[in-house]
Amino acid sequence: MYFYDEPIPGAPLPILPGHVSNGRFERVLRAGKFAVTTELAPPDSVDRNEVYRLARVFDSYVDAINVTDGSGANCHMSSLAVSALLTRVGYSPILQVSCRDRNRIAIQGDLLGGATLGVSNVLCLTGDGVDAGDHPEAKPVFDLDSVSLLGTVKIMRERSSFLSGRQLDSAPRFFIGASANPFVPPYDYRPLRLKKKIDAGAEFIQSQYCFDIDRLVTYMNQVRDLGLDKRCFILVGVGPLASARSAGWIRDHVPGVVIPDAIVSRLLSAKDQRREGIKICIEMIQQIREIEGVAGVHVMAYRQEESVAEIVKTSGVLEDRVPWHPQRDQFAAGPRLAEEKNECN
Amino acid sequence: MRFQLKTWSVSHARLMRRFYILFEQLLFSLFPLWRLIGFKRIGPLITSVEKNIKKFLFDCQMCGHCVLDKTGMSCPMNCPKQLQNGPCGGVRIDSMCEVDGSMRCVWVEAWRGLSLLGTTADSDHINPPVDHLLHGRSSWLSIAFHQELPRPQK
Repeated sequence: MYFYDEPIPGAPLPILPGHVSNGRFERVLRAGKFAVTTELAPPDSVDRNEVYRLARVFDSYVDAINVTDGSGANCHMSSLAVSALLTRVGYSPILQVSCRDRNRIAIQGDLLGGATLGVSNVLCLTGDGVDAGDHPEAKPVFDLDSVSLLGTVKIMRERSSFLSGRQLDSAPRFFIGASANPFVPPYDYRPLRLKKKIDAGAEFIQSQYCFDIDRLVTYMNQVRDLGLDKRCFILVGVGPLASARSAGWIRDHVPGVVIPDAIVSRLLSAKDQRREGIKICIEMIQQIREIEGVAGVHVMAYRQEESVAEIVKTSGVLEDRVPWHPQRDQFAAGPRLAEEKNECN
Repeated sequence: MRFQLKTWSVSHARLMRRFYILFEQLLFSLFPLWRLIGFKRIGPLITSVEKNIKKFLFDCQMCGHCVLDKTGMSCPMNCPKQLQNGPCGGVRIDSMCEVDGSMRCVWVEAWRGLSLLGTTADSDHINPPVDHLLHGRSSWLSIAFHQELPRPQK
């Protein structure tokens, strides 16, 4: 989609009335469009081209790219560095910040750094315990929790100060996000936990993988009863399962992901399990879209990133909309950009 | 054993909270006595009583800013992530902790305790980040005699 005042790729958008950030992602949501986000797993290298290669597979199918912060407590390139690389070419990264590895001093420093490097969106997470990852002997930090992290980002943006009260010279303009997991106990607490996150500052929500529509429907009923869908944008997490075996592995090793037996047996009985996984994901997106109060989907396809384009395309959720990507401006907006540049001169 | 007693305390959240509030009031009503003896002298005694009672009943970590009455008498400092504001997304389907599979999630327990107290609305309350300067200090003293106790200095 196009905004009349779209600047040169990588430059921040003007902040419209009623908006909080300079980002494209917030614009899409506030324009009432069904948004699609995805997830990029930072590489274990020092190769910036690899980062761009990883991002490119999503071109023209996603509105924003989450950059994971040591996901599953495994060590990778930092989410801040990858987000900064992505902003350079105009992508709209969502900087994931986990409380597991850094205390409030480090986190606030990174937030200022991220905003300076053009990051407009931040997702505040508690983070998996260190035991889940490749350095189980590490010291878990958890100085803040996700709710107080949300509050911290909000304080920095609204009061232009650190958590300590010390003033900032300029405030980071973040669109603030939080996670939610409606699929694990205590179920009745989950909507209230969401309310708490919204009260603390969350403006968009990205949920854990949804493989259980009934549970989601129940949750969204409770969320609507509390009026929470009007106070934030809720994006539901989905993703393709590569096989029944990988579903089993995720069940056992990834905290918080619930995969019902029905899904596993459906994969088992399929001829091509990978295709079936993609099919399930597409069906899931189409069902999710029908639920009132859902503002988009978050497609997580770890090690199957190339399938995201197909999934989004086949699901039809973008309708005729083409999300921004670096090539779009080169071709479609060539003359317009030239005009803008002339105006600047 | 430790987990069982903690569970018992949550199951009897009503009783525990009444006990807790009573104790607080008792401390407060004895204010003139404490002043007479001197806070410096009585402080360590009360702290040690609090530590032992609360360690026994709630597996207290002496964080120094007790929120038990807002968390259904289940102590959030026992969460391996020390979450102050509700359960993380990693809770197992059988309500066990993501990190320590032998322990029930303290926030599942908190929700149970709050339900018993009939105050699930309290789960709205946003707890601030843990103030690590208060670690090891008595919550009872700071609640009862808020003005009298100077915040620890750097």
